[in-house]
Amino acid sequence: MIISVASGKGGTGKTLVATSLALALSDKRKVQLLDCDVEEPDDHIFLHLAINQSESVMIPVPKIDEVKCTYCGKCAEACVYNAIAVLKKKVLVFPELCHGCGACSYLCPESAISEVGRQVGVVETGESGNIEFIQGRLAIGEPMAPPIIRDVKKHIDRAREAIVDVPPGTSCPVVEAVKNSDFCLLVTEPTPFGLNDLSMAVELMKKLRIACGVIINRDGVGDGKTEQYCQDQGIPILLKIPLDRNIARLCSKGVPLIEGMPDWRKAFVALFQNIEQIVTAS
Amino acid sequence: MKELVVLSGKGGTGKTSLTASFASLAKNKILVDCDVDAADLHLLLKPQIKEENEFWGGQVAFIDRGKCTECGLCQEVCRFEAIKDYVVDKISCEGCGLCSQICPVDAIAMRVPMAGHWFISETEYGTLIHAKLGIAEENSGKLVTLIRDNARRVAEKEKLDYIINDGPPGIGCPVIASLAGANLALLVIEPTLSGIHDFERIIGVCRHFSVPIMVCINKYDVNEENSCHIEDYCHRNDIEVAARIPFDNAVTEAIVQGLPVVEYSDNEVTQQVKKLWQVVSVKLNDQEGRDANL
Ligand code: SF4
Ligand code: SF4
Ligand code: SF4
Ligand code: SF4
Repeated sequence: MIISVASGKGGTGKTLVATSLALALSDKRKVQLLDCDVEEPDDHIFLHLAINQSESVMIPVPKIDEVKCTYCGKCAEACVYNAIAVLKKKVLVFPELCHGCGACSYLCPESAISEVGRQVGVVETGESGNIEFIQGRLAIGEPMAPPIIRDVKKHIDRAREAIVDVPPGTSCPVVEAVKNSDFCLLVTEPTPFGLNDLSMAVELMKKLRIACGVIINRDGVGDGKTEQYCQDQGIPILLKIPLDRNIARLCSKGVPLIEGMPDWRKAFVALFQNIEQIVTAS
Repeated sequence: MKELVVLSGKGGTGKTSLTASFASLAKNKILVDCDVDAADLHLLLKPQIKEENEFWGGQVAFIDRGKCTECGLCQEVCRFEAIKDYVVDKISCEGCGLCSQICPVDAIAMRVPMAGHWFISETEYGTLIHAKLGIAEENSGKLVTLIRDNARRVAEKEKLDYIINDGPPGIGCPVIASLAGANLALLVIEPTLSGIHDFERIIGVCRHFSVPIMVCINKYDVNEENSCHIEDYCHRNDIEVAARIPFDNAVTEAIVQGLPVVEYSDNEVTQQVKKLWQVVSVKLNDQEGRDANL
């Protein structure tokens, strides 16, 4: 089963949930934790496991053979991202703008375009007990997270329980990360900001037809409107984690909740069983 | 005219509460919510929409099944696995247009869908430019650039002193779009290990785009040891720590009341935020040779 852990708003405790869920399951099962929050991957801080492999994520970028090129301009015309400009006796490629779609090389009448890889990030893997850990990291200054998320998700092994840590928000990196999940946990906090962003995340899951449930973190901090909203929408609230200085301290030190407070383990095992039931029922 | 962007790397560090407080403290400014993906600033500033505009995103492919001969060529060339069984998955399509150029029977058209809206609004604190990107839409960077351009236009016309941007989380395309060319980035960080980790990455992005940085440690007393690490790090890297704001549930209470925290209470948080705005505005006005028109 693939369970993604998302939140419309950042900083609601997604990492806390993803790491504790992975650890709770790893007693009995083989688990994968995939950190797709590639702009700010943080799960590794909580798991303190060794990264033992790293692969580059490459985007294929055109390289022009100026001997064959007739400067006809077809490539520049084909590129909707304006990543190529053809001058009188020179073709300029702007690698930062290139999405690697291959249109230019496909359409060049002289076969003057080959492709070279440009690194936009890395995918790193590590292991600890029953947990296989995979994370992506977007290189600094690079705009596009989806190619890295795609590469992280290529590691998904259907024989294991996969937990996907999703970036915050509701736009393209989020879609890329939650796609094909069997279930999505939406972590929120019960404040007007949390609720506003949660409702957008719920809309997204509806659009993608992914079943979801809510986890309320820092329960007690704001107002009761989030629970009301979940009731109205018929979305189950699967877990509540109270506002608690000790939990906040554990998080700040990078200690997973179920390690710092082992009593929570049961709650996360039950959470998983709940999700399993919902998924098999549908 | 000086442009400030409030960023955090990691989300949920109190960026929007701080921006709303600056809205209350600063004079002669325009506000921009660049977090188009999860906009929250309007919940505190209560805008009255004066102008609503459509945002047209990137193109997507559309296959006319009447014309399609099911030759399969489009599926083969698409690098984004966006075509399955001769139907385009709008969400996966990157809009590169290759399929439509190579279809032998011209069955593929490129269409530009409406991807969201952006607004020019009046608030008690001055003009706010904000947006709502459609669910699952791409091009948030393009939308951020669009609303920032409009904020500059209004700021120039009305001879305003400040543009104050509430930025998005992360380090990717919407962040780059909200940051490039700003006069100052104020980084709001919490003293958690993950906060520190993300912080180094957002600093990297600011430096990459040559935007000067100032730091504000929020909820510094949640873990004072980590707060010290952050200060050390800033010190070593020649970055000014402009404020240390303590944890106070009044910040959340203010959000529940729909008010900037500086208008909700007169506690230590409010004192620190007032001081922070003074420091930030001095720094903005100090800069020579840099202008928001860059
Ligand atoms: S399409 Fe090929 S031949 Fe024409 S300008 Fe581009 S690289 Fe040169
Ligand atoms: S691969 Fe695509 S995006 Fe890159 S230059 Fe060629 S046409 Fe443009
Ligand atoms: S290339 Fe054109 S004709 Fe061939 S499958 Fe695609 S849409 Fe149909
Ligand atoms: S426009 Fe590009 S990404 Fe979209 S379906 Fe066609 S080939 Fe694929």
